[in-house]
Amino acid sequence: MLIKKPADIKSSEITSKELYLSRRKFIVSTAAATVTAGAAIWGLDTMRPAARAYAGEKLPNVKKSSYSTDEKQNSFKDITTYNNFYELGVDKGDPAENAKYLTPTRPWTVSIEGEVKKPKTLDIDALMKLSPLEERIYRLRCVEAWSMVIPWVGFPLSALIKQAEPTGNAKFIQFVTLLDPKRLPGQKPGIFGNVLDWPYTEGLRMDEAMHPLSILSVGLYGEILPAQNGAPIRVVVPWKYGFKSIKSIVKVRFVESQPKTAWNTMQPQEYGFYSNVNPEVDHPRWSQATERRIGEFLRRKTLMFNGYGEQVASLYKGMDLKKYY
Amino acid sequence: MISRFKPFIFLLCLVPFAQLAYNAYIGDLGVNPIDFITRFTGSWALIFLIGTLAVTPARRLTGWNDLIKLRRMFGLFAFSYALTHFATYLVLDHFFDWQAIGKDIVKRPYVTAGFTAFVIMLPLALTSTAGMIRRLGKRWQKLHRLIYVAALAGVIHFYWLVKADIRRPAQYGFVLALLLIYRILVTWRSGIARSSSKRAVRPPERVIPKNAPHLFPPPRPGED
Repeated sequence: MLIKKPADIKSSEITSKELYLSRRKFIVSTAAATVTAGAAIWGLDTMRPAARAYAGEKLPNVKKSSYSTDEKQNSFKDITTYNNFYELGVDKGDPAENAKYLTPTRPWTVSIEGEVKKPKTLDIDALMKLSPLEERIYRLRCVEAWSMVIPWVGFPLSALIKQAEPTGNAKFIQFVTLLDPKRLPGQKPGIFGNVLDWPYTEGLRMDEAMHPLSILSVGLYGEILPAQNGAPIRVVVPWKYGFKSIKSIVKVRFVESQPKTAWNTMQPQEYGFYSNVNPEVDHPRWSQATERRIGEFLRRKTLMFNGYGEQVASLYKGMDLKKYY
Repeated sequence: MISRFKPFIFLLCLVPFAQLAYNAYIGDLGVNPIDFITRFTGSWALIFLIGTLAVTPARRLTGWNDLIKLRRMFGLFAFSYALTHFATYLVLDHFFDWQAIGKDIVKRPYVTAGFTAFVIMLPLALTSTAGMIRRLGKRWQKLHRLIYVAALAGVIHFYWLVKADIRRPAQYGFVLALLLIYRILVTWRSGIARSSSKRAVRPPERVIPKNAPHLFPPPRPGED
């Protein structure tokens, strides 16, 4: 099997990858001790950024894609130590620290249910063979007004949908994240109850899901996806706010009417079902007109549909995007 | 007693600033440094605001009157961290984009609350000198009660800004509520004491000592 090294990796990244690869040679207990010691040191000061906790094997035969942007990519460290994954903690450094609970993300299965010819369960290895893996370098715009450029590895969501053979009644598609408070400790209720209504759910209209920009991601920077970024398989919809791109999915359900989604259930007036990136529709509590690209000093102007308007604007022709935010 | 430790406590209060400066120097402010500085200085402003408000109750409960000598210092540290927090927002976050900042203050309730807290703290910091305390007399005490409004606005600012996890703002809110309840109880009790002393028909046993419950004794010049 040919092991291909993506050309985009900066030299600054290589050292840490080698370090990580050499770590894999150690026995599990040594690795666990390292993680524990590291976590203890970081734990001394909770306001400090977290160390990288997990990363994966190289993925073979990853094709380039014309859907990729040539903008400067954020580093592996940026992407894997600063993100939201509330099931692994509410601070942006938490997911990297708590990724150890979700790791390893094998074995893993995804069940396909609802309006399909025949419900079935697919193993992660089978899923990864549904379609050739591609590198998709996408902009990611968080609803909190920061953004990154991320080289995902994945395949079109449409490949899974075709495999699922939805019936004519399937108008929407719902995704469900793993529910397991042992592996996703953020799902344990706190003194104020649950932060969100677990398990996390998200949804897309069928035409959005079939759009070639919508992918299922299984990797990052040419490697298997780290747990904190939603391993082993997650959705990436680059023209919508980041929370629409649901992580660590175990269920895909084809449904007739607009499904329940996690943030919309929690705060419907703040997070709509569509949640397309839109600089003209502010979040009720903050502006969406500008964003901070991680690594840059000055804010940039946020682009309609996160800059993917040319490809996706037609999906929403005639729709009032202020009403359907 | 406290006076001897005051320089040491002063240095302790500077530790968060020093940590921030050190982290900035070694380039370890995390993936989103501006967000980190904003949250860090905001948290410390709230901690010092609550610390300032805790001085008088601590003094009453322990009987250690010398603690009053720390109150002004804590208050001024609260202001210093709040000023850094506001400056971070102004310069690093929005880089003097006055239009965006103005819109933010008017339109975003959490920014309005934070800005209110900061604006309230400004005259309190400016009138914290011994000269101003003397010049303002009784009015000084009234003016400085605004610190409650500032602390409340600060906690609301934090509460309105979080997306779903209210634990941390709730912690600050809880401590602030305890401090407020304590003050209310003290005021209420001293109110009863005063009115019963007016109605007292059988002096002298029920007479309340003249110097008794004094709610917020203003520090005498040079005392703190």
